[in-house]
Amino acid sequence: MNKKLDISPVHTDLETLLKKMYITMLRIRKFEEKTGELVSAKEIICPCHLYIGQEAIATGVCSALRKEDYVFSTHRSHGHYIAKGGSIKTLMAELYGKITGCSKGRGGSMHITSPDIGFPGSSAIVAGTIPLAVGAALSFHIRKKDTVSVAFFGDGATNEGAFYESLNFAALKKLPVIFVCENNFYSTHMTISDCLSDTRIYKKAEAFKMPGVCIDGNDVLKVFKQAKEAIEYAREGKGPSLLECSTYRWRGHVGPNIDLDKGLRTKEELESWMAKCPIKRLEALLLKQGILSKSETHQIEKEIEREIEETVVFAKKSSFPKANELQKYVFTEN
Amino acid sequence: MRKLSYVQAINETLHQIIEKDKNVFLVGQGVISPWYVGATTVGLIDKFGDKRIIDTPVSENAITGVAAGASFTGMRPIVMHPRMDFMYYAMDQIANQIANWYYMFGGMKNVPITIWGIINRGGEQAAQHSQALQSMFMHIPGLKVVMPSNPFDVKGLLVSAIYDDNPVVFIDDRWLYKIVGDVPKEIYTVPIGKGAIRKKGKDITIVATGWMVQKVIEAGSILQKDGIDVEIIDVRTLKPLDKTLIFKSVKKTSRLVVADAGWRTCGVAGEISALVTENIFESLKAPIKRVVLPDTPAPMSSVLERAYYPDTNDIVATVRSLFKQHRRTLGGKK
Repeated sequence: MNKKLDISPVHTDLETLLKKMYITMLRIRKFEEKTGELVSAKEIICPCHLYIGQEAIATGVCSALRKEDYVFSTHRSHGHYIAKGGSIKTLMAELYGKITGCSKGRGGSMHITSPDIGFPGSSAIVAGTIPLAVGAALSFHIRKKDTVSVAFFGDGATNEGAFYESLNFAALKKLPVIFVCENNFYSTHMTISDCLSDTRIYKKAEAFKMPGVCIDGNDVLKVFKQAKEAIEYAREGKGPSLLECSTYRWRGHVGPNIDLDKGLRTKEELESWMAKCPIKRLEALLLKQGILSKSETHQIEKEIEREIEETVVFAKKSSFPKANELQKYVFTEN
Repeated sequence: MRKLSYVQAINETLHQIIEKDKNVFLVGQGVISPWYVGATTVGLIDKFGDKRIIDTPVSENAITGVAAGASFTGMRPIVMHPRMDFMYYAMDQIANQIANWYYMFGGMKNVPITIWGIINRGGEQAAQHSQALQSMFMHIPGLKVVMPSNPFDVKGLLVSAIYDDNPVVFIDDRWLYKIVGDVPKEIYTVPIGKGAIRKKGKDITIVATGWMVQKVIEAGSILQKDGIDVEIIDVRTLKPLDKTLIFKSVKKTSRLVVADAGWRTCGVAGEISALVTENIFESLKAPIKRVVLPDTPAPMSSVLERAYYPDTNDIVATVRSLFKQHRRTLGGKK
């Protein structure tokens, strides 16, 4: 079973691809649910921005990438990391602040990394990694590589100057970067209509003469296809694209709660989006097409749950960083 | 030895390193414009083309991030800011992303970039075209800061900055550009973190940065005629600071003046002063004095400008006042 869970973005046919995407989405979901439980239990203290509800975007985009392609992420980072192939053991250990964590207990949920699989890091400053993604793309461009770079960011990031500066420069130099906006309609507490004069984010691409589309971000196959198109466009040296993916975060801005008591959104709104669950949707397709049987999906689910329990055991038994190593990693020795 | 001006030394270094190393490139606003960068970049675009000498729009934040992003892929970018004042736009990338990256990912990914900031002041340019921000960068963990004061050091420190595996803020000063000195033709390094004694002396130590080193050297000759034998330390690197050199000198002379053309409050001079009092207080025979900018924005009118920038006379007067005030504690000494 372990081998079947391999999520390397190399797939031979559509069936394999769909199965892999299903496994990835479910792994993200289960990991996040477990994280939520551990935050509630005060086992995990660092702020965690959960990706529940948005799994199709990271999964669809990363499934269309090669291992050597780069992905840059945000404060809501776990989904991107897992979809790109990051180890969930070291991720969980990081959330626990352990030395075995992917960032050795220096980063926490918002600052996770896995350079070996093209995931140089996620950053908590809104829009902060967009220029970095453009920079990786500039390097590929200078060195004539057909590698691409992806910047994931939320709708809130489109209020930052760095977003516009980056779009302009990337389009000006025709750099191989894909801007993926996960529009979950909320920038922390603020609804998108309260912060954007025009909420059609994909339209902003037009101003920079780059392709911009808006798609259903809860349809993983659609995300995959659109991302693949943008990635190929970038690999061919035609330049960047902006992909707006509509979605919804089921939990609050940060932490495990659904935050209905805060009066920022309604129960009806949340439920209408939960009915559009990206995982249930793909599962229905897989069952209908006979790609997976009910018992197989059940088996996958159990296997993922077991895998995640293992991450918790690993994290708990790992050591904390040594206090006398507080200042390690400020600088590197040449 | 062969003589070059400060500006020629920078230009030669860029030519030599960009030629030698395919991973090095120069990016920034006005890199092809002598109007912005003096003659530092003359001939680069013709020799290396617009893929490695990249002139950019005024998007300081994104462009600084672009350089950092490119460094993640194995390149060693130099990002140039023709006026330090505009670097405030890039502070998110410099302080939040670049400076923190190595630490917050537990040493997984270093950022080998050179952030070149040019101090360009005087000539009635006023508050927004005159700033020297070395103290700001020195304050931030994770950044190295160098400030070469002569043609030999500017070449050696630029090479060291480019090849340092950490982010280095490389600060030069247009007022130094015409200074001529010995510069070897071959590529060499001046170590980061090592200061230099410009003049040996026994009565008082003057520690200086950048442009102020030149002024202190002039002041030293004048004071010599008064019978005050000044020891002059050029720190060359602000971070990491060569404390050993400073302490050794102050232990010998028992007196310290710090000259830095940045603002007084929380400045370089304040930091050096604190280090000396914390560590070798017992060596001091007189209070430490600072020759710095007042806590005032840069003015326009040349009358005010002359009052604003510390010069040789200010250094001479400060040293004399110290000897006058503390004559009693000097015993039989002058």
